[in-house]
Amino acid sequence: MSLMLLIPLVLPLVAAGLVVATGRYPNLRDSISVVAGFIVAATVVMIQQDFQPYSFTLAEPLPGISLAFRLDELGLIFMLVAGLLWPVTTLYAIGYMRGHGEAHQTSFFAWFAVAIGCTMAIALSANLFTLFLFYEALTLATWPLVVHARTDEARAGGRTYLSVLLITSIVFFLLAIIGTWFVAGTLEFTKGGVFPVDVNTTTASLLLVLFVFGIGKAAIMPFHRWLPAAMVAPTPVSALLHAVAVVKAGVFTLLKVCVMIFGEDLLSSLEVTELLMYVAAASILIASIIAMRQDNLKRRLAYSTVSQLNYVIMGALIATGPAFVGSALQIAMHAFGKITLFFCAGAILVAAHKSKVSELRGLGRTMPLTMVAFFIASLSIIGIPPTGGTWVKWYLLMGALEADAVIPMVVLMISSLLSVGYLLVIPARAFFSGDAAAGSIEAGPIKEAPWPMLLAICISTAGTVLLFFYAGPFLKLATLGVSP
Amino acid sequence: MSHLPVLPVLILLLTAPVCLIINRVNVAWLMTVLASILALVCAWQILGQVLSSGPLTYALDGWEAPFGIEYRIDLLSAWMLFIISLLGSLVALFARQSIAYEIEPSRQVYFYVAYLLCFGALMGVVSSGDIFHIFVMLEISALSSYTLIAMGRNKLALWASFQYLILGTVGATFILIGIGLIYAMTGTLNIADIAERLETVEQSRTVITAFVFMTLGTLLKLALFPLHLWLPNAYTYAPSVASAFLAATATKVALYLFIRFTYTVFGADFLPMSIILVALGITAAVVGSLIAISQTNLKRLFAYSSVAQIGYLVLGLGMANQTGLTSTLIHTFNHALMKGALFLSLGAVVYRLGDSTFKEFFGLGQRMPLTMAAITIACASLLGLPGTAGFISKWYLVSAAIENDWWLLAGVILMSSLATAVYVWRVIDAGYFQPAVNTQRSEAPIVMLAPMLLLAFANIYFGLETSFTLMVVDGITSSLLGGGQ
Amino acid sequence: MPDQLAYWLIIGLMMIGLYIVIAHANLIKKIIGLSIMQISVFMLYIGIAYVEGGAIPIIDANTILYSNPIPHVLILTAIVVGIATVALAMALIIRINEAFGTIEEDELAAGAGEQ
Repeated sequence: MSLMLLIPLVLPLVAAGLVVATGRYPNLRDSISVVAGFIVAATVVMIQQDFQPYSFTLAEPLPGISLAFRLDELGLIFMLVAGLLWPVTTLYAIGYMRGHGEAHQTSFFAWFAVAIGCTMAIALSANLFTLFLFYEALTLATWPLVVHARTDEARAGGRTYLSVLLITSIVFFLLAIIGTWFVAGTLEFTKGGVFPVDVNTTTASLLLVLFVFGIGKAAIMPFHRWLPAAMVAPTPVSALLHAVAVVKAGVFTLLKVCVMIFGEDLLSSLEVTELLMYVAAASILIASIIAMRQDNLKRRLAYSTVSQLNYVIMGALIATGPAFVGSALQIAMHAFGKITLFFCAGAILVAAHKSKVSELRGLGRTMPLTMVAFFIASLSIIGIPPTGGTWVKWYLLMGALEADAVIPMVVLMISSLLSVGYLLVIPARAFFSGDAAAGSIEAGPIKEAPWPMLLAICISTAGTVLLFFYAGPFLKLATLGVSP
Repeated sequence: MSHLPVLPVLILLLTAPVCLIINRVNVAWLMTVLASILALVCAWQILGQVLSSGPLTYALDGWEAPFGIEYRIDLLSAWMLFIISLLGSLVALFARQSIAYEIEPSRQVYFYVAYLLCFGALMGVVSSGDIFHIFVMLEISALSSYTLIAMGRNKLALWASFQYLILGTVGATFILIGIGLIYAMTGTLNIADIAERLETVEQSRTVITAFVFMTLGTLLKLALFPLHLWLPNAYTYAPSVASAFLAATATKVALYLFIRFTYTVFGADFLPMSIILVALGITAAVVGSLIAISQTNLKRLFAYSSVAQIGYLVLGLGMANQTGLTSTLIHTFNHALMKGALFLSLGAVVYRLGDSTFKEFFGLGQRMPLTMAAITIACASLLGLPGTAGFISKWYLVSAAIENDWWLLAGVILMSSLATAVYVWRVIDAGYFQPAVNTQRSEAPIVMLAPMLLLAFANIYFGLETSFTLMVVDGITSSLLGGGQ
Repeated sequence: MPDQLAYWLIIGLMMIGLYIVIAHANLIKKIIGLSIMQISVFMLYIGIAYVEGGAIPIIDANTILYSNPIPHVLILTAIVVGIATVALAMALIIRINEAFGTIEEDELAAGAGEQ
């Protein structure tokens, strides 16, 4: 039993309780969230400085299957992302909720904390059962956040959200887990995989298909619909879902399954792996194309996320060392980049009351900081130095080269171009369109979003750039995490 | 000779006339609670003894088997005794205010009398080793449950009770025919004896007919699709407390009978029931859940949910392997916990808000937060989310299908959970995300909250800490599959 | 055939009883059908108990062959159970009549459908 593990696991839940208890005193309540966030962030950094394979077991519900936690390198990447971004998002959320005059704020911050707790538990899961338990818990904990507005539209969005995630997890994911238990005899995450060497390839292929389509949070098509549907949620929720908690939980789970349940050798020997890789590649392209046609900014970002998540899936299915590393890095790099983009979208909503891309011409005049941040974050998503996303493209390309996989390389290039098309145009138009253009923002005094939101934006943007120069720790963790 | 095996039944059955004579409601309630708790203590003791030293036997009035009536409590019986008495006690505790609200004052004592009779008789069915004695006890429990149901507020309760009476009596008559035919072929009424003697006359047409009649009768009482027609009305119109008790126990006892007949009396390979059970079970699971989705009255919704869950119980038996049997036996316990919590919560809602339709449910999370929390936990267990007891049952059920290489069936089982998810979603969405008509807080009284929350909490506890339940169930499967008694 | 005539009659009565329960809408007729079914079962038991040339089952020094007493005892019990069931059913019918004004199943079902 180790205190270091307990803090990130338990403190968010405790914070949730305290938030509910102090609901009547907004300043106290919000400070609790921020303080808890900083403590967790500090703890996670401390863990990273002094990596020990902490572990403990809580219970054993089924013979041989326990509710257990263990720290490993991949998990630590995820914890760092979630732990560092939680306080930043909380700061942002405070500014947003107050600036927008939202209701039900206590419920919001409480479920926020619970969702982070579930995320930490997923990152620390020692076996598939524990992961599945908290995966489902995360779906349920984020449901109140999605339907926050309590309007009919919100509840309909919540229904889509729940349906897709629960259907995929109950019918495919659970079946895959039980099947794995049958074939392999264990659900513990093990480097090199858990299947016996002489495993029946048909069964293994069936299990892989079930896993890939069952982990709905990874948003492989056609089970991606929950993502755009969840855009009815307030922007801090979208930032949390699309950068930190839900989507990363999905791709993290899939990466762990590929690396530590199947293992590189088994994965590359199955024929179906290549087929599934093409599905992921197609998802990347299709989602990018759909993104270009979206006028609603948040929906555009949502489809961009679908596309970016499939990078991780594709990398995991290319099934070579560098590809795995690239996938692991994407978890961190995309998180910082995308959260910045969503932060900017929310800032634009609160300060300028705009939500459509077509209305953003000339916005660079009134919200210069926000649009610069948007620009830098876009660079990360596209993969241009000096931003973190560059490393992802680098390693994924190397991995594809090692596997002689031409198509993924081509897809990576094309999707970078497409993302220029749907992302860079926005800051370009914001800064470089003439005054007389129709629908442009009138020139006026600089009016940025409230300061907590701006602060959050600055921190995350700085992170995106810093990750280019200081990718070392993440790189080391990723390499250690995926090696057998 | 220790009288422990007959004590639970005796205590409960004898308290009934005493309540009738005293004829004061609060005293009757108190006596019911005391008798139930005593029965629970006895059941716990019995379970302990059977676990450590094997089956208990008791010859009524000193007449030894196979001539006299014998009570024979093996691990399966002890398990059932424990489940029935646990639920019976918790429901009895809950009952006072609910009954005071739902039944006219002049009839309230009769409720407790009928409750004790039903409870005691059910305990008798699972303890007895004499087949005719089982029939008598079964009929006592049936008659008293008809009475319990007929006491509901809505006048349709009378009609529901009558329907149940007709179908139940037909079922019991079939069982009686089966008993007669078995007696004709073996000359004994003692279950252990019958099992031995049947081996020599196994495949004669009479015995097969007997088996078919007994199975049909038991399946009618079990409310397995398509013989389930009495159940929705009965659970909907009965007093909430009666629904809670019956939903948690009565059908389980019918299931016990089915297991007893199939495994102990006739032997598991007697007839190719496996395919039939699988087909009926999965149909019940799917159809029950689908019909539940469109219901507006929550009691009826959860009644159809019970039809679906009974389908799962039978499905486990149909798998014809140890994992499937484990799933069924664990689910008898888990389902009792779930439905007990749910129907008790509905009883609390009726008590405070007058009825149990969706209209009362809007915004329930604000008006009765603890009750809604109990419902949410029980629904999560119903859905089979990991970390709840329902997940354990589902795990074993799907594993059993995979063990037989029936991957498609495994997929269908999981898909039927989706139907469950839909109606669970309706309930939770209504409770938490729809605005309440009147936001005044009116939480249920503590006497009602305690049993409800205890059962809800048990759903989580037994979802994580399964060593006890699994130990008992493993013992049962090895004794049933290892060759009879 | 003549040996089994009794059993054929019993089966016939059972089916007639079952048919009445299903086919008739009037509640009292259903109960009558139920009773007929139960009586057929009682006859089944007594038929089993018959021993050709057997005396009534009371121990007597001079008699060797007795009819089987057990089914007789079982039937007594079953008859009592049957009576209790019929009595309960009748009580329900009276209450149903008071509450609904009818004891025809189809009218009751229609009334239930409206609820």
